Amino acid sequence: MATTRTLIPATAVMPADISETTETLSTLLPVAVGRRRFMIGSASAAGGLMLGFQLTASAQTQAGSTEVNAWVVVKPDDTVVIRIARSEMGQGTLTGLAQMVAEELECDWSKVTTEYPTPGQNLARNRVWGNFSTGGSRGIRESQEYVRKGGATARQMLIQAAANEWGVLASECSAESSVITHKPSARRTSFGNVAQSAGKLSPPADVALKDPKDWKLIGKSVKRLDTFAKLNGSQVYGADLKLPGMLNAAIYDCPVFGGKVVSFDAAKVQKMPGVRRVLKVGDTAVAVVADTWWQAKTALAELPVVWDDGPNARLNSQMVAATLAAGLDAPDAFVGNEVGNAKAALASAARRIEAVYAYPHQNHATMEPMNATARWTPERCEVWTPTQNGEAALAATAAAAGLPAAKCEVYKMHLGGGFGRRGAVHDWIPQAVAIAREMPGVPVKLLWSREEDMTHGRYHPVTQAKLTAGLDAAGNLVALHMRISGQSILAGVAPQNLANGRDPVQFQGLTSSGDGAIGYTVPNLLVDHAMRNPPVPVGFWRGVNHNQNAVYLECFMDELAHASGTDPLVFRRKLMAKHPKHLAVLEAAAKKAGWGTPAAPGVYRGLAQHMGFGSYTAAVAEVSVSKEGELRVLRIVAATDPGYAVNPQQIAAQVEGSFAYGLSACLYGECTLKDGRIEQTNFNTYEMMRMSDMPAVETIVMPSGGFWGGVGEPTVAVAAPAVLNAIFAATGKRVRRLPLANADLKRA
Amino acid sequence: MPALNINGRTLDFEADPATPLLWVLREQLGLTGTKYGCGVAQCGACTVHIDGAAIRSCVMPVSALQPSQKIVTIEGLSADTSHPVQKAWLALDVPQCGYCQSGMIMAAAALLKDKPKPTDSDINEGITNICRCGTYNRVRAAVHLAADGGVPKKA
Repeated sequence: MATTRTLIPATAVMPADISETTETLSTLLPVAVGRRRFMIGSASAAGGLMLGFQLTASAQTQAGSTEVNAWVVVKPDDTVVIRIARSEMGQGTLTGLAQMVAEELECDWSKVTTEYPTPGQNLARNRVWGNFSTGGSRGIRESQEYVRKGGATARQMLIQAAANEWGVLASECSAESSVITHKPSARRTSFGNVAQSAGKLSPPADVALKDPKDWKLIGKSVKRLDTFAKLNGSQVYGADLKLPGMLNAAIYDCPVFGGKVVSFDAAKVQKMPGVRRVLKVGDTAVAVVADTWWQAKTALAELPVVWDDGPNARLNSQMVAATLAAGLDAPDAFVGNEVGNAKAALASAARRIEAVYAYPHQNHATMEPMNATARWTPERCEVWTPTQNGEAALAATAAAAGLPAAKCEVYKMHLGGGFGRRGAVHDWIPQAVAIAREMPGVPVKLLWSREEDMTHGRYHPVTQAKLTAGLDAAGNLVALHMRISGQSILAGVAPQNLANGRDPVQFQGLTSSGDGAIGYTVPNLLVDHAMRNPPVPVGFWRGVNHNQNAVYLECFMDELAHASGTDPLVFRRKLMAKHPKHLAVLEAAAKKAGWGTPAAPGVYRGLAQHMGFGSYTAAVAEVSVSKEGELRVLRIVAATDPGYAVNPQQIAAQVEGSFAYGLSACLYGECTLKDGRIEQTNFNTYEMMRMSDMPAVETIVMPSGGFWGGVGEPTVAVAAPAVLNAIFAATGKRVRRLPLANADLKRA
Repeated sequence: MPALNINGRTLDFEADPATPLLWVLREQLGLTGTKYGCGVAQCGACTVHIDGAAIRSCVMPVSALQPSQKIVTIEGLSADTSHPVQKAWLALDVPQCGYCQSGMIMAAAALLKDKPKPTDSDINEGITNICRCGTYNRVRAAVHLAADGGVPKKA
């Protein structure tokens, strides 16, 4: 990269939203650099296994490229490299964000490539790329404005450079498909010809963004930019990285939460093939470093370890369930939503209905287990890792390395799945750095075994809910109390973000307003939470608290509809008049599914709606249940209104994936505790949906405009309740405790 | 030194005989397109072909293999990503994170060799790989497309 523009010395900026992570940026110190270190990413000429090593090389890799601004690099051959701050983990954000920049840039889409800036560069450049955090379905909705402005600013600078060259007014020039035209003189030039002079211009102070009706690329189902390398084995994931002289580590963390290493007999495995080091990692883990990972794992399996199981040695799921059950009637609880006087209205209601639901711990089970490669010296620490939040990964690296962040760097590797596991907590990074510190200068790749990944997750929170409704004599819902009892994610991940002990995230999808607002008007409503935190690590899990909250509310709504003798759609409609966007997706899904018309013989329908992450979603499920209790989920019709739809075919892919993820959780997902440890240690005991389970999914993408909603997660919430309600329609059995695998659907 | 026939070439390697083929591919031979997912033959991320059959390489010790057996990995499925399965996958934008897709593609290619026009239930039986992103429906559509050559017909 040839630009010589001097960077403004950065001052550390601490945006509020970063504080959501446990690894805050407080360790990141200001740093001034005269010349930018080099970018990494898919646009790099370097490929294959040595990619990671190339990343550390400086400047010359992209000779001739010019940085027009932070978001746009143009090469002489008109290739446009768009910088992407958020992490691609399958959800398509890389392509979507590139579409947003390219829309305003007016570049030739066929010549677009992408690259990641590193977290260290973001720090050094005053966070010019904004937030790296990739979670909460925020990739596009939170950065849409500044990335579009980035594209528009670069376009203006390119046009200005051409106008200067021609001695004409920039206002007489326009850009389209990477070509700048001066209409009055019919002169034309390409981005590649003027990029160098454009890069020397001061950016315009403000740029106008296109009216959505003029979009050409946003809203178009273009192909993903990252497919090809995933078809032939050339895509390098974190687990695939190979650096010169690299060693491999396998780790065994105490399987009991809260337990510690007492001792281990290194001599027993020290002489096994390839073994280089046997060491303790922190207080809780042991690791073997060997030439290959298989050697490390093999030796680790033979390593005698004495554990102190600690205070949770007897903990089991029944104890957790009992603690949560007690919270269902506890006098004290945090209020999440309150309208009227629910308790009084319940006391005087013509009819009361009550039900208790439960949702278990679940593992993210990303296909690629956690991993990081670390190289530490007293002067510098580098980490290569798949992460949903490069900045938090850098903070974790610096803390573990005992170095200021300015002396550390993180290279974001491609993620083999994220789903929230690789964002808020980077528990594998301190392990990798601790191992690397024992072998200064030697890169060490730490890869978790599947067993390690299953037993040291950041689990979906465990909760129960008691729902109590009051109906009037005509069967109208007049009061609803929803008491949630159980685990708070913030309490486990970012306790500093609790508000006087209350976790606002607990009420996702149930609040009176915001990006997960409840879609019903209930005259007397109380939603509250008795926080009960078992000593099991908790985390953000695709869909987060919407998942169980939607099961609780949408299944109970179905119960109320049946109790009042009303069709579930009709029952909901009466409560949704003031929630037109919620209702619109529900109506759309119901209509396409044929709600109200007879299903095929033996096929039964259920529906659900929910708002999460700024988007409105609804689903109708069609199922059959044999007399023996065998469930088949046959067809899903799903509708989603994300406000603006950047890439409809990728939204459809996310909606389909949401059913695979959400129904895996509904059908099979459960991590149980026994003797303080997770019982499910691999995929043979932690089942997930496969091809044969997967229903047909028909997706309705219905952007109503005027807002930006998320896509990756919202639909997960409606998957389980739609199917559970359909199961009730088929069997008359109300399953209130997940997963379904534990329920008996047999009929006499 | 033991040798294996991989992607049409005879390759020497050094590893304990009990080492699974997966780790010889990944760590001795640098063929990292074949992935580690579970290590217990559950997820199929490690699927390769041995004499045309899809096998899960994470539980296949190299000592059980002969140099005469033809092993094909994702890197060797075609010289230029032009196998009908790869073409169909590209046409339908199948992968999301992509980590399971090498195994999916290898399982699909083996299935189509066996059953050139597979039914949906053939696909359910033949492809039991796990995908956490949930690409199953596009995988299914792409297998059918690959059975027709891998290139969508123009309307």
